[in-house]
Amino acid sequence: MDRNIIKIHELYKKYGSQTVVENLCLNIKEGEVFGLLGPNGAGKSTTIRMILGFSEPSSGSITVGGYSSTSQALKVKELVGYLPEEVGFYNNLTGYENLMYTARLNRIPVQEAEERVNNLLQKVNLTDEATKKAGAYSRGMKQRLGLADVLVKNPRVIILDEPTLGLDPKGMKELLGLISDLSKNEGLTVLFSSHHLHQVQHICDRVGLFVDGKLIACDDIQSLSDGLFTKSAIVIEAKINTPASSTLKNNKYSAIIDKIGKIKDVTDIKINDGLFTIECSIDVTADVAKAIVENNYDLTYLNKKEYGLDDIYHKYFEGGE
Amino acid sequence: MAEELKRRKAVPFFNRMFWGKNKDTINPFWVIVNKEIADHIRSWRFVVLITIIALTCFGSMYTAITSIGEALKSGKADDVFIFLKVFTVSDGTLPSYFIFISFLGPLLGIGLGFDVINSEQNRGTLTRVLAQPIPRDYLINAKFLAALIVISVLFLVLSLLVIGAGLIAIGIPPTPEEFIRIFLFTIAAIIYVAFWLNLSIVFSIRFQQPATSALSGIASWLFFTIFYSMIVNVVFNIFIPEGKKLSIAGEQLKLAIQRVAPNQLFSDITTSFLSPSVRSLGPLTMQQMQGAIPGHLPVDQSFTLVWSQIVGLVALSTLCFIVSYVLFMKKEIK
Repeated sequence: MDRNIIKIHELYKKYGSQTVVENLCLNIKEGEVFGLLGPNGAGKSTTIRMILGFSEPSSGSITVGGYSSTSQALKVKELVGYLPEEVGFYNNLTGYENLMYTARLNRIPVQEAEERVNNLLQKVNLTDEATKKAGAYSRGMKQRLGLADVLVKNPRVIILDEPTLGLDPKGMKELLGLISDLSKNEGLTVLFSSHHLHQVQHICDRVGLFVDGKLIACDDIQSLSDGLFTKSAIVIEAKINTPASSTLKNNKYSAIIDKIGKIKDVTDIKINDGLFTIECSIDVTADVAKAIVENNYDLTYLNKKEYGLDDIYHKYFEGGE
Repeated sequence: MAEELKRRKAVPFFNRMFWGKNKDTINPFWVIVNKEIADHIRSWRFVVLITIIALTCFGSMYTAITSIGEALKSGKADDVFIFLKVFTVSDGTLPSYFIFISFLGPLLGIGLGFDVINSEQNRGTLTRVLAQPIPRDYLINAKFLAALIVISVLFLVLSLLVIGAGLIAIGIPPTPEEFIRIFLFTIAAIIYVAFWLNLSIVFSIRFQQPATSALSGIASWLFFTIFYSMIVNVVFNIFIPEGKKLSIAGEQLKLAIQRVAPNQLFSDITTSFLSPSVRSLGPLTMQQMQGAIPGHLPVDQSFTLVWSQIVGLVALSTLCFIVSYVLFMKKEIK
């Protein structure tokens, strides 16, 4: 059994002379949560639309569960639930009716559909609002209803395009919690795009970084971080004051620079008005602190920075520009 | 495969069309038709349109019934068809029923069609529906069919209501021939409105803003009803020296050009169906008129007279539908 449920091979999409997606090769394993990460206009949504067969690739192939997105789009749509970036519902129908409509479009028998819709509404916490018109829903409620709508057909893969856009922190947390639960408890494969780094960091098994139509990195967050910052994985920031009694006037930090520089594994030291930025390959915070104190300097601030997705993102995009 | 064939044979065609793989599920196509019809009927827009049409029908029928006695005194050949007068007669204050239909029908078609696709797109429901496992043309076909069903039911009901009211008012039942003529007129009206419906669906796919698409629909309607024949007249007048008249061939050419307009086609069809004494829709020479006995045409002859107009109207309607179909299938869904 092939573990890769989505296989994208040498995918290109061109609009006229503009290349929106360039030589994309990507495999997504069954049951994983995959985050497509990149700035606006990087080609994330275009890729997602091609996976669903909404637009034709210029060249290359996409298969979902063994079906081609171009020639067997109907089969793909049976497997894939898709939540568009700007999800919309029929405002004159209630949330329940909207879901029932989707269920009937998927040829689900009425009784089974009613049962499933009620279950899903409960799961996304909308049971009380089920009889309200969808037009009266808030953005967060719409997004949760959208998630329920995606799940009505019992998909194997769900694809979410910027699912957290425009949600408040509480709504965002709820939605991401739901997505994470679904993947863990029901073995669903989740692919979602975002330019919001922190969310991706928390719930994604793997992320792919998209810049200008190119996938420039694709791995889990730890490996991405390791790959980028091999020499200096950890940065220590220390604010040092020279004691008032100090006799050193010029180059007052030279002694401490010398001391810290001698610590093993320190790769670089930068100083900006008493704020030391020390890059090192392993954690030497304790040694740095000791050196400062032993040399009679005042340590007013000490902070150990580990690289998160933010830094990875910035580092990559700086490199990409 | 064999099982599939066996199942297909077991379920009659009609059921297969309506139901899905088993009896519990309806074919998604009819699910969409169902929903669209419900949307139309529940919408305020439909209530407004139906009120306008019902009011005008009532008004024109009232004038027809009050002036029908006057019309009968003239003693023409059409007097055999008293009942058809309910549809055609007017005392001059209000236009007759069939003129109202040819005038307001397009408005109904445009009203039901101008936002079928772009509103779905603007609401963000289009991607959601198309992400379901249904062929893309289901949506456009179902939307067209739903609007057509609504229009058909409306016009049939209106015609039957006018017949019923006429029956009570003048006390003479329609002859079978009259009934057939009224029925044919109703069908023609449905085809005519279907043309405008298709045209406005084309606009609804082409233009993202519903307002733009509604305006384009109304503009083309006004162009054909008011300006088109005017422009044709102006152009012909330029080529004719003052004081002279067009030759027969010239007249025929002018009429042919005017018949490009769907409203001209429809008015030819209604004239032929509702006025049995009309035996030609083009110019006639004196030689052709000589020796003609005033009388009326049988239904099949009236039908033959406007056959090309009917074909023309259906063709125009189909053409618009094909354009909308192709546009929709090629549309980039965003």
